[in-house]
Amino acid sequence: MKKKPLSSNAQWTFELIETYDREIARIAAKFKLDTYPNQIEIINSEQMMDAYASVGMPLHYNHWSYGKRFLDTSQNYEQGRMGLAYEIVINSDPCIAYLMEENTMTMQALVIAHACYGHNSFFKGNYLFRTWTDAASIVDYLVFAKNYIAKCEERYGIDEVESMLDSCHSLMNLGVNRYIRPPALTPEQESKNIAEREEYIQQHINTLWTSIPSKETEVENPKEQNFPSEPEENLLYFIEKNAPLLKPWQREIIRIVRKMAQYFYPQKQTQVMNEGWACFWHYTLLHELHNEGLVDDGFMLEFLQSHTSVIYQPAFDSPYFNGINPYTLGYNMMMDIKRICTEPTEEDCYWFPDIAGTPWLDTLHYAMKNFKDESFIQQYLSPHLMRELKLFSILDNTSKPTLKVSAIHNGSGYKQLRESLANQYNLGYLEPNIQVYNVAVKGDRSLTLRHYIHQERPLGDSANDVMAHLHKLWGFNIKLESVTSSGEVLKRYQYPMKAPADL
Amino acid sequence: MSFIIDRRLNSKKKSTVNRQRFLKRYRKQIKKAVEDSMKKRSIQDMDRSSDITIARDNTSEPSFQHGKGGTQTRVYPGNKEFITGDEFERPEQGGGGQGNGGGEGNASNSGEGEDSFTFQISQDEFLDFMFDGLALPNLVKKQLKSTSSFEMHQAGFTNDSSPDKLHLIRSLRAAYARRIALTGSKNNELATLKKQLWTLEEQPADIEIASKIEQIRDEINTLKQKKKYVPFLDTFDLRYRNYVKTPLPSTKAVILCIMDVSGSMTQSIKEMAKRFFTLLYLFILRNYKSTEVVFIRHHTRAAEVDEQEFFYSRETGGTIVSSALELSAKVIKERFPQDQYNVYVAQASDGDNWDNDSELCKKLLQESILPFVQYFAYVEITSGVHQNLWHEYTKLQNAFPKDFAMQQVRSSADIYPVFRELFASKPAKE
Repeated sequence: MKKKPLSSNAQWTFELIETYDREIARIAAKFKLDTYPNQIEIINSEQMMDAYASVGMPLHYNHWSYGKRFLDTSQNYEQGRMGLAYEIVINSDPCIAYLMEENTMTMQALVIAHACYGHNSFFKGNYLFRTWTDAASIVDYLVFAKNYIAKCEERYGIDEVESMLDSCHSLMNLGVNRYIRPPALTPEQESKNIAEREEYIQQHINTLWTSIPSKETEVENPKEQNFPSEPEENLLYFIEKNAPLLKPWQREIIRIVRKMAQYFYPQKQTQVMNEGWACFWHYTLLHELHNEGLVDDGFMLEFLQSHTSVIYQPAFDSPYFNGINPYTLGYNMMMDIKRICTEPTEEDCYWFPDIAGTPWLDTLHYAMKNFKDESFIQQYLSPHLMRELKLFSILDNTSKPTLKVSAIHNGSGYKQLRESLANQYNLGYLEPNIQVYNVAVKGDRSLTLRHYIHQERPLGDSANDVMAHLHKLWGFNIKLESVTSSGEVLKRYQYPMKAPADL
Repeated sequence: MSFIIDRRLNSKKKSTVNRQRFLKRYRKQIKKAVEDSMKKRSIQDMDRSSDITIARDNTSEPSFQHGKGGTQTRVYPGNKEFITGDEFERPEQGGGGQGNGGGEGNASNSGEGEDSFTFQISQDEFLDFMFDGLALPNLVKKQLKSTSSFEMHQAGFTNDSSPDKLHLIRSLRAAYARRIALTGSKNNELATLKKQLWTLEEQPADIEIASKIEQIRDEINTLKQKKKYVPFLDTFDLRYRNYVKTPLPSTKAVILCIMDVSGSMTQSIKEMAKRFFTLLYLFILRNYKSTEVVFIRHHTRAAEVDEQEFFYSRETGGTIVSSALELSAKVIKERFPQDQYNVYVAQASDGDNWDNDSELCKKLLQESILPFVQYFAYVEITSGVHQNLWHEYTKLQNAFPKDFAMQQVRSSADIYPVFRELFASKPAKE
C-alpha cells in the first residue's frame, strides 16, 4: 500500500516542511527516538555566517575574536572556498535547528531528520550531555551573559572587559570540570545570587590574605602544605575562587566563560558518536519514508548523493585527507552495531558476545546513552569495520628517523588498532593536561601549574602567551612545570622573567 | 512537536559589532596594510573596497597546545600495502597534502598554518584608514557652517500635515470634486424623477396618477435627504502645502592641479604626479560637500584641459612654469571668488624651468595666487639635484610658512608619506 509522495520538486514551502517534519516525527517515534521539542528556524546565508561566528549560538556576548571569525568565514564563503553547513543545531530545550533557505526540499528533509531527530535525541539521551549541560536554561544563560558583559563594558570600559575576555578565552579549554559536576542552579537563582555571591567570594579570597605571616615564631615550617591540597584541573574555577586581586565583575566574567566552556565540553568528546548517530538516523528515517512511498526515487537519489559525500572518507594519501572523518567513523560504527545485532558472523560472536544477535534498536540506544567517543570506540569498533576502512596505525617517535607501521587490520592488530584509535579521542591526547599544583601561600603568592606529559609530547610555543594571560588574571608570578609520568620535572616555564630553562 | 519559524527577515548584521571591534583592535596593522596596498594601486582602484591581509600571528588566540615531538600512535584509513613492522622515512611536512603532516588535523578549524589572514573592508573603511590622522590644512569653512544649513521650500501638496499649512482653495476644490462624484448618480435619478413628475402633473388628474405623483414626490424627498448626507467638507478633502528641506550650497572647494607636461616629464614621473593628484582629490572630496577640480597643464604655454587629456595626452616642448601660474591666477580670479570657495593649488613638476622664468613664478605666486588660496602644495618629482624653481620656491616658503608647502618625491612609494607630510594636521589659519 504505497502512499502518495509528499512532494515532487525541489522547492520547499513552510507547509511542506511541516508535513515532512510530521511524517519524520511519526517514524522517529516508532524507533523510540526521544527528543526535545523542535524549533526549526529558516535562515539565510548571512545569518548562517553570523551563527558560525558566534560558535553556533543564537546570541552571544561581543568580542573581537567573533568578528575575526566572521570576517574569515565571509571571506571564504564569498570567494567560494567553502560552503556553509546545511544546518546548525543547538543543544537547548526546545532544540533549535537552523535550516538554510538555499536548501532544496530534499535537503531540508535530510536536515530535519539529521538535526531535529538525530542530534536532538542524542542531546537528550547521552549521559555526558545529561550530566553537564542544562538544555532548558542555556538560552536564558546566554541572554544573561550577554547583558552582563554589556553592562560591564558600560561600567568599566570596553578595553578592560575585552582584555579580561582574552585572558579567559585563552584558558577556556582548562575551564571545565571533568569529573565532578557542580550542583545545578536555575538561571533565575543564578542572577538573583550574583550580588550575594560577589560579596561572598570577595570575603573568601582572604584565605590567601590571612596567610600573611602573623606568627613570626612559626616561620620555619618543615613540610609546607600545598594549596590547593589536591591539584585542581579547572584553572578558571580556581582563579575565579582564589585569585586575590580580581574584582567581583571580573570573577563573574570568568564564571561566564567557564560555564560556556563546560557547556561545549560534551560536544568535544562525542563528535564521532553524535554525528554517527545523526547520520544513522537520517539514513534510516528517510529510507523508511521511501519504503512507505512518501518520497519518490528522485528524492532518494539526491539524498543519497549528499549522504555519501558527507560520509566520504579519503584515504590517508589522498590530497583531500584531513584526519579521520568523524561522520564516516560514527555512521559506520552505528551501522555496524546494527549489523552485528541482526546478522552476526562467527567473528562478531567471538568479539561481541554481549550484543551479537540482540535486538538492534535497544543495543543502539544503549550505546548512544552510555558512552563518549573514546569508550564508544573501545567498546564497539569491530574487526569487520577496521577491515572495511583499512585502518592502520603509525608509530611516530620523534627520536627515531623512521616511522613504523605498528598495526594493521589483521588478527594480531585489531586490538591494538582499536586501542590506538580510542586513545586518539582521549582529551589528553588532544589537549595537554595542565592542573593547578600549588600556590606559594606563604611566599610570593606565585601560582605553580603542572603539565602532566602524555606520551612524551612537550608543550607548544604558545605556552608563554597563555601564561602571560594567566599572569594577568592571577596577579602574581606564574610557574609551569612539565612533569613526566614518573614525577620527574622535565622543563620549567616562568612568567614573567626568563626564557624556559631546560633541566 | 515542532515549531517552524521564518527567521530570514530578522536582523542580519549580528556580527557588525564584533567586526568593528576586530578592526579597531588591529587598527595599526590594517593601516599599514592599507598604506602598502596604496603604493601598489593604480588610481582607478584607489577608492574601491579592498582585501586586507595581516599576519595571522598577530590575531591568534593562544591556548595551551601540544608541541612537536614525543611519541604518538596515529590511526589512518585506507591502507594499501603496509604490513605490520614496515618502516619508512618520515615524509616531509606538507608533502602529499595535509595528511601526513598534521597528526591533529582536526585540532583547528580556523585555518591554522596559514600565515596570513585576509579579509575585506569596504571603500569607506579603506579611505578612512588611508586618511586617518590627516586633516585638511587651514580648513576654513567659508560659507556659514553650511553643512547643517537648510532651506525650506514648497514642493507639492500632501494629505496630512499641520493646520497652518492648510491650502484652502485646493481643499475646497477637492471637496467639490468629491461631492460631485458622490452625488452624481443621485442627481441623475432626481432629474429623471422630476421629469416624470412634470409629465404626470401635466396629465389630467385622477386617483391613480395622484398616487403616482405622491410616490414620486416621496422618492424625490428621500433622494434629497440622501444627498444631504454627503458632507460638504471631509477630512479626506483637506490639502496641505508640502515643504521639503534642501541643503544650501555648502562649503565648496576647488583644486587646481598644475602639471608640467614638457618633454622632460617622463611617463613614470607623470604617473607619480597622477597619484599625488588622485590622493589630493579623494582627500578633499571627503572634506567638502562639493569639490571642483581644474586641470591646468603646461609646457611653454598653459591650457585648461579635462582630466583625460591632463593625464594621458602627450605633449612635448620646453617649459615655462609662469604660464601655468598666470592662467591659474586668472581662473581663480574669474571663477572662484574667495568668499565662496576654498581654493587649493597643487603643482607637480620635475623642477625643470626656463632659466629666467623662475623669478617671475615667484612673483606671480606671491602677488596673485598665494593671497587668494588656502594652500599651495608643490611636489618636485625628481631623483636628481634641485633646479632653479626649487630654490626660488624655498624663499617663498619662508615668507608663507602656513600656506605654502613643498616636498620632493623620489619614487612612487614616497608619495603617500610626502602627501601626509604636506597635509599633516596644522593649526588653522586665523
